[in-house]
Amino acid sequence: MNIIACIKQVPDSESQIKISSDSKSIVTDDVKWVMNPYDEFAVEEALRVKAKCGGEVTVVGLGPKRVTESIRTALAMGADKGILISDEALDGSDSLGIAKALAGAIKDLGCDLILTGQRGIDEDNGIVGSNLAELLGMPSVTIVEKLEVAEDAKSLKATKGIEGAALVIESSLPAVITAQKGLNEPRYASLPGIMKAKKKPLDVKTLADLGLDASEFGEGARKLKILALEPPPAREPGRIVDGETTEEKAAELARLLREEAKIL
Amino acid sequence: MDFNIPEEIKMIQATIKKFVEKDLEPIARKVEEEGEIPEEIVQKMRDLGLFGIPIPEEYGGLGLNTFGEVLIYEELSKTNACFRSRIGTSNGIGSMGIYMDGTEEQKQKYLPRIASGEWSAAFALTEPEAGSDAANIKTIAELKGDHWIINGKKHFITNADCAHVFTTMVLTDKEKGSRGGISAFIIEKGMPGFSLGTVEKKMGIRGSHTAELIFDNCMVPKENIIGGDPMIGHGFKTAMRVLDKGRLTMGASALGAAERLLEMSVFYAKERVQFGKPIGEFQMIQAMLADMATEIYASRQILYHAACLRDQGKKITREASMVKLYCTEMACRVVDKALQIHGGMGYMKDLPIEMYYRDLRLYRIFEGTSEIQRMLIARDLLRN
Repeated sequence: MNIIACIKQVPDSESQIKISSDSKSIVTDDVKWVMNPYDEFAVEEALRVKAKCGGEVTVVGLGPKRVTESIRTALAMGADKGILISDEALDGSDSLGIAKALAGAIKDLGCDLILTGQRGIDEDNGIVGSNLAELLGMPSVTIVEKLEVAEDAKSLKATKGIEGAALVIESSLPAVITAQKGLNEPRYASLPGIMKAKKKPLDVKTLADLGLDASEFGEGARKLKILALEPPPAREPGRIVDGETTEEKAAELARLLREEAKIL
Repeated sequence: MDFNIPEEIKMIQATIKKFVEKDLEPIARKVEEEGEIPEEIVQKMRDLGLFGIPIPEEYGGLGLNTFGEVLIYEELSKTNACFRSRIGTSNGIGSMGIYMDGTEEQKQKYLPRIASGEWSAAFALTEPEAGSDAANIKTIAELKGDHWIINGKKHFITNADCAHVFTTMVLTDKEKGSRGGISAFIIEKGMPGFSLGTVEKKMGIRGSHTAELIFDNCMVPKENIIGGDPMIGHGFKTAMRVLDKGRLTMGASALGAAERLLEMSVFYAKERVQFGKPIGEFQMIQAMLADMATEIYASRQILYHAACLRDQGKKITREASMVKLYCTEMACRVVDKALQIHGGMGYMKDLPIEMYYRDLRLYRIFEGTSEIQRMLIARDLLRN
């Protein structure tokens, strides 16, 4: 089975995010970049499907050279080879542009299953997976919490959570699956895995290498434009309710909820 | 000297950091209280490949150089010290004699099993009468046919209860003593006449056990001298070379702990408010933080420098002693300041500072006391 896992690099959720002076992007100088956590679930699931059905896992990433680190991490977890799509013309592309570039790199690989995170934790759009499926003419199941690929590698059953219930969807292969938290617990890149990853193939491709027209990508080709980024409003400080005894404190709290917060 | 960290080592550091945060730190206090590392954590350590760090690739290890190894210990020491000890003793002093001086047969028999973590290794030199005076060992072997018959006692042996293989220093010629009369044996758990004695109750590092080894007419096959017959009588040299490198990894462990303590202290100094402002705004707290950071920086430089010198094939006996001495004493000064900054809270078991305070105290004693390091450094200075 030929399995693809698509990954992106995002700022570590512990990073302090600062907005640039253009107020449309973030300052990236001190950002620590990590593999998007939802993509880690995708890589882990790809490795589990491979363990069950055999085959090969190819990791496809997109972005500047630093994305190589995240691809190497996926190779250290056990993926077989990596492809980095790296081209300055991609800078500023929207989700559709990203999906087009990924489709360009994947279309000739003859894959049976594509896995990716249900969304990137940076912009939270959650549409690259479905766009990619559309461009490749494949079915997609999004926000999947449980995946079972049939032994004969011809079909899959995917479970996703919906309000108060679980939806079980069957699909033929090839298909695109987007991974939700809970799908699995990603393994660590083991130390021997890290040493072996150094020797695994990792190709870097430009848009020209993929036969794609650079004018269809980048800031100019965006269909969605970011108008402004604003920091979330500062949180009001908490308040400690005064009172000598528990009863007094409870009474005071009830009074505040009724008179000040007006929610009782 | 260039301390550029290779890409793969950075990835290893990231893995260890994650492992510490997700698996080790949440149980660090429980392990301290119960005095036991859960088996599933040891299994995770095996799966991660933590037991074969310096062992060459052909014997199933990672084959990392000393610089890579100290970086791993630095990262792994940012939690309860017993986790580092669990792998460190096996990777380091326990198995190093075998891969430095062992015969090909010995390497093939022991190293792959040690590297996979199936067998842990420990190092047995210390005896009741031979601590700092290591040459004064009394455990003695006598050759009878195809076996050495060993009698005596070792004590304070780290990880004795979980180890399978013991690199053990024994007298093979009483007259010659440390000048050609000590040999390094590979002794396996289960060899006839070999048993464990008292498991000690310690002040700190309680998740790692220290016990007595008892040899009562213990029968060890003739071929179990590290390096075979030509190495009979050269065990003391093996021991000293093993300890040289061990001193760097001890330095790295002390450094990692000190870095964690500084991080906690900076955080606390920003959060804790007294007299209407964060205590970090007071000059006396600032002075403590500045001294901690400066000493940590200096320690890191000498540790990395000595590790890189060793990787270049240089003899580092003096430097290794300096690193062990300075880094461990530095960490004790840092933990003292960290406790002071945290005040009463630092003295409570709710925070791990009191644990570090007890654990780090051992670092100035084991694998060569501070006094022995000073003696070795001075001796080396005066000889030249």
